[in-house]
Amino acid sequence: MSPIHYLHAFTGVVKREFWRFIQQRSRFLSALVRPLLWLVVFAAGFRAALGVAIIPPYETYITYETYIAPGLCCMILLFNGMQSSLSMVYDREMGSMKVLLMSPMPRSWLLISKLMAIALISLLQVYAFLAIAWIAGVEPPLLGLITVLPALVLVALLLGAIGLFLSARIRQLENFAGVMNFVIFPMFFLSSALYPLWKMRESSEWLYWICQYNPFTHAVELVRFALYQQLNLEALAITLGCTTLFALLAILSFNPERSARTMPARG
Amino acid sequence: MKYPKLIPTLLVSALVAAGNAQAATAYISNEKDDTLSVLDLDSWTVTDTIDVGERPRGIALSKDGSKLYICASDSDTVQVMDLATRKIVANLPSGADPEQFSLHPDNRKLYISNEDDALVTVVDTQTHEVVAQIEVGVEPEGMAVSPDGRWAVNTSETTNMLHWIDTQTHELVDNTLVDQRPRHVEFRKDGKLLWASAEIGGTVSVVDVESRQIIKKLNFEIKGIHPDKIQPVGIKLTDDGKYAFVALGPANHVAVVDAKTYEVLDYLLVGRRVWHMEFTPDRKHLLTTNGISGDVSVIDVDDLKVIRSIKVGRYPWGVVTTP
Repeated sequence: MSPIHYLHAFTGVVKREFWRFIQQRSRFLSALVRPLLWLVVFAAGFRAALGVAIIPPYETYITYETYIAPGLCCMILLFNGMQSSLSMVYDREMGSMKVLLMSPMPRSWLLISKLMAIALISLLQVYAFLAIAWIAGVEPPLLGLITVLPALVLVALLLGAIGLFLSARIRQLENFAGVMNFVIFPMFFLSSALYPLWKMRESSEWLYWICQYNPFTHAVELVRFALYQQLNLEALAITLGCTTLFALLAILSFNPERSARTMPARG
Repeated sequence: MKYPKLIPTLLVSALVAAGNAQAATAYISNEKDDTLSVLDLDSWTVTDTIDVGERPRGIALSKDGSKLYICASDSDTVQVMDLATRKIVANLPSGADPEQFSLHPDNRKLYISNEDDALVTVVDTQTHEVVAQIEVGVEPEGMAVSPDGRWAVNTSETTNMLHWIDTQTHELVDNTLVDQRPRHVEFRKDGKLLWASAEIGGTVSVVDVESRQIIKKLNFEIKGIHPDKIQPVGIKLTDDGKYAFVALGPANHVAVVDAKTYEVLDYLLVGRRVWHMEFTPDRKHLLTTNGISGDVSVIDVDDLKVIRSIKVGRYPWGVVTTP
């Protein structure tokens, strides 16, 4: 098969994801409203008008809004990654997955295309969020909006891969609530998205270590540094490593036949 | 290196560092460390720390920029530092507990506030002799000499007045009552207006020099910060008359005021308990001393943004810059 075929399959998957995105405007809005609520309501209640202590990559005192903005970007990617990957459960039930897998392309390529498609759509939402956050006073350097792009793509792939891996293990659509409780919330709260890790360490050492071992922490830090035109090598290595690991696991454990066969027909 | 900057940034800063052996410099007095921090204004790094007398607070440059005068409050003297050698070359008889001072445009007479004695001491920096001592209100603090050299204005923190001293006769000529605890006075470049901050009153008064009457009183309000924390201290005016910057102490913000309409344009977040400020020689940046956080914040004057904060000693108080 020539690269043209690969490209064709890729654009096909992206287009389908894009059309779905267009049709589900409410999902776009909710993906945007969620972080904005955090930015406006949560950060306002936090009352850190006197400034958050200086930690890299920041070179001066910042407002709490500025601190949580990168974490909220990652929150968009987290929800999208999980939701889109879990929608494969839906695809599986509706049979559209079978149509996709009938393509002669290697399954891994189709899954990677799917991950990329999810990432691209998420980026639109992240930049929409950053634009609104700018109005709310979160003003990273303009060039940072470009340097953050590769970091966002990588983080989107990581979270998509984790979602895909989970979706291979989840049987039914209803289990999304469980994923929310046991995956999304712990990942988000036990990270550096809302509080700097030194603050976590002040309250409890073991909480700090949980945050430190959470890949989402490193994803947030990668985005945070990139937004300020800096490269956090440690965060990059961990995010890259985890992305590769979860993508491999997802591809290996993705077995549409198994679920199709064991799933009772739903009416 | 754990957090390497992007390569272009590195290259540019390396080139700048290599090309500027004689870079612009800021000197910052660290009240609690009894030192001066020397800050390179190209690389934004502290390149040296110099031991000086006890509790250095107000600092000022001689008009030619060769000497630095340092109020060593607890040593009860004003020290003179030769900036070429960075050595103390003389101790001036300043009177007890000198805090702030101002150099007359003649480059000779130094007007010094003696906080504990309710006096302003005038010292000749060439003969090292006390020329005059003028009684003022309780706890004198702020000090400024008008650009034409006619007036020396002192603020007394407890009497809440601006004291107008005629520099010809060294007589106290007039007083202007302002709000509680006036800390600092700053003349506009043309000498027609005087800005005075009141720390407890939370206001800045703009005084017409001719009539010595207040023509405008500014108030400050920052969302999310209790009004008691808004304590104006340092004031700096841009040469073009566009902006006035007011340091708001424990509010951790510097107010940007339109110097023509007296409208507060913005509040910039800096370090903790900001007191005094100085422009860099190119007037593109404004440095602020943040006492409690022990650092200096750098404000971009054109963009009105804080671009960085740099650790110096403990309780940085005063700041001057030289080309």
